[in-house]
This record gives sequence, structure tokens and C-alpha cells, in this order.
Amino acid sequence: MPETQLRQKLLFLYLGNSSLESEVVGWSLYDGTTDEMFEAAGEDAEPPYNSVLDAMRDGWRVIQVPFIKAPQVGREYENDYLDFEFVLEKMEVING
Amino acid sequence: MDKNLLLTSVEMAQFASTGFLRFDNLVPRELCEAAHEEMSTGKLRRRAPMGSPFSESWPDEAIGKVFRLPKVAAIIHSLVGPNPRYDHHAAHLTPANTRKGANLHQDAEYDIRDLHFDIQISFFPEDTPLESGGTLFVPGTQFRRVHEAEIKRYQNIIGQVQAVCEAGTMFFWHTNIWHSARSNFTDRDRYMFKLRLNPTVRQQRLWNTDDLDSPEVKQALNQKIPWHGQRHRIELMNRIKFWRFLTGDPTFDLALWWGRVENTPDIIVQGG
Repeated sequence: MPETQLRQKLLFLYLGNSSLESEVVGWSLYDGTTDEMFEAAGEDAEPPYNSVLDAMRDGWRVIQVPFIKAPQVGREYENDYLDFEFVLEKMEVING
Repeated sequence: MDKNLLLTSVEMAQFASTGFLRFDNLVPRELCEAAHEEMSTGKLRRRAPMGSPFSESWPDEAIGKVFRLPKVAAIIHSLVGPNPRYDHHAAHLTPANTRKGANLHQDAEYDIRDLHFDIQISFFPEDTPLESGGTLFVPGTQFRRVHEAEIKRYQNIIGQVQAVCEAGTMFFWHTNIWHSARSNFTDRDRYMFKLRLNPTVRQQRLWNTDDLDSPEVKQALNQKIPWHGQRHRIELMNRIKFWRFLTGDPTFDLALWWGRVENTPDIIVQGG
């Protein structure tokens, strides 16, 4: 009998705003259930969900929400990393 | 320099907004083949001294002819002016059936210049179908200050553009654009020739400015990049600042984005 294991999938959804209903503007999937290497999807790719809320309704658990913070004084006009990064998790049973 | 070959103001505004310009079929096939031959036989491995005049690079090679094509030279002139400095080049090879994995990065985290910029040129000497993994660019990332490959966690960003093109296509890009090499799933090796150039003059009105007052210029500058989300207005203000730098017009604005925050009147009027 193959050993049964629980494995984790992490879905990073980057939103346009802090609301979990905001539109997805970027995404990454790190899938611990497979040995497949990730490939970026290319320019015609559609995100897997329209919002974090949509992903929750499909069984993803939110394990991190971004802090909302004011810009540092003197850096009000500077942008850097993607702002609204939500981390979601799914645990899946695989046969070892 | 033939003025008609220079970039237009609309094209420059597009560059200011997205950080790159794409030109298809700029280089004739025969010259592409000759340049490809130089890449694949290792003839272009040796680099010129960094900082040397670009005009001295590859006097006899096909790759030199590529960059001296009148239209290519005019685009370079429009972005970095006459007599640019050679920074470095690379004939990037992605061998057949090579998986690259996550690779998104910005080249120049050490380059904290506010407005002056270098350009990089990506030249594709062969047809580059989607599955051969041409470079992926993320439009509108040129004003983002991030640390080189720390953005590797980001796999997909809405609006990303992959170089899927015919031989002879070139991308001219602001060196701070986020980009990524992609996997080559074909049975053919793939080359992309990258060249970085530095300006030696102030980057001001180096293009054909005949259409500077065209409404299409403001349209291009006003465009919304979908992934900017709530940051759109700050991106717009950075874009306006960049356009002021490029045109030498410190009063340029779109609506009153800077006009509001620069409005701190000191005129005292008598009350009552």
C-alpha cells in the first residue's frame, strides 16, 4: 500500500487594492504536490481567480494578508514591490 | 540623422509610460542570419572595454551593421543621443529544451538615478515563437525601485508581454524594466542579443518633436497599466516627472496632478 501524505500548495495573489474583493493583478503558484517546475504563463494568461474572495469560495485558505501602511515621509512618490500580497493555502492528499 | 527616422513624440510618450518599445522586422533576414552566425560561432564573445565609444564597436562584423542600420541608429539616437557609450553586450543562448524556471528580475538595483537612464536593446536574430521562450517584459515597471532578483517570487503579472516575434525584431527598453528569460521548449537553440548603452548627453528632446503637442501624446502618457491598481496615480505622477525631464518643460502636467501639490500660494490678501 502506498503511504498517504498531506502536501501543501501555496497561491500568491497580488491585488490592486487591500480589499479581498479587489481584482487580481498578479499571481504565483508554488505546488508542493508535484515535482513539476514552474513556468510563467505568458502574455495571454488569465489569473486563476478574479479576487481572493473567489479563491476562498473555491476552498483556498488565506494564511497571510498584507499590512496597510502609509508611505514613509519623503517617499510618498516612490513605488517598489507589489503592494497587496495575499498568501493562500490548500492541503492535498497524495499517495507517496 | 534623418529626422523622419527618429522616434515620434507619441512613441516617446509610449516609452515613458510602458518603459519599452517594440519594432518588428527592423533587420533584414540576410543580416539576421549573418549576425546569428557570429553569435553561434562564438565570434561575439569578446567584449569591448566598458565605457568606450559605441561607434568603435564591431567595425567589420554583421552585428555592427545591425546597429548601424539607419532606423536602428535613429531609435538609439532618440533615446540616448549621439555618441552613446558602450556598456556591455551578451549573446544570450537558451539551448534547445532548456527549462529556466522563475526568473523575473530588474537588472539595475544599484542604479538609483532619478531620471537619467540607460537603454538595453534585445535583438532577436531568428523567428521566436512562444514555445522558444523569448524574453518576458512587464510594462510600467521602470519607476519601481526593487532589489534585482528579489521579485523572483512573482510569476505572472497582468499585462506582461512576451517577445513572440519574427527574425529582425528589436525591443528597446529602459534598463529598470522587470524582465525574465523563459524556457525553450523547442529543439532549436535560441539566441537573444542584448546590448546596453549609456547616454553621454542630456536626454532632452533627442527625438522628432514635430508632434509634441499632438493629443495622442497626452493619451499615451495617461494610459492605465492594469497591474498598477491603486498605485496608478503615483505612477502617473512619476511618468509626468519623467516627461518633464525628457522635454525640458518643468511645467508639463496632465490635468493638475503636480499642479495641485506644487500650488502653495504665498500671496497675502487683506481679510474682511
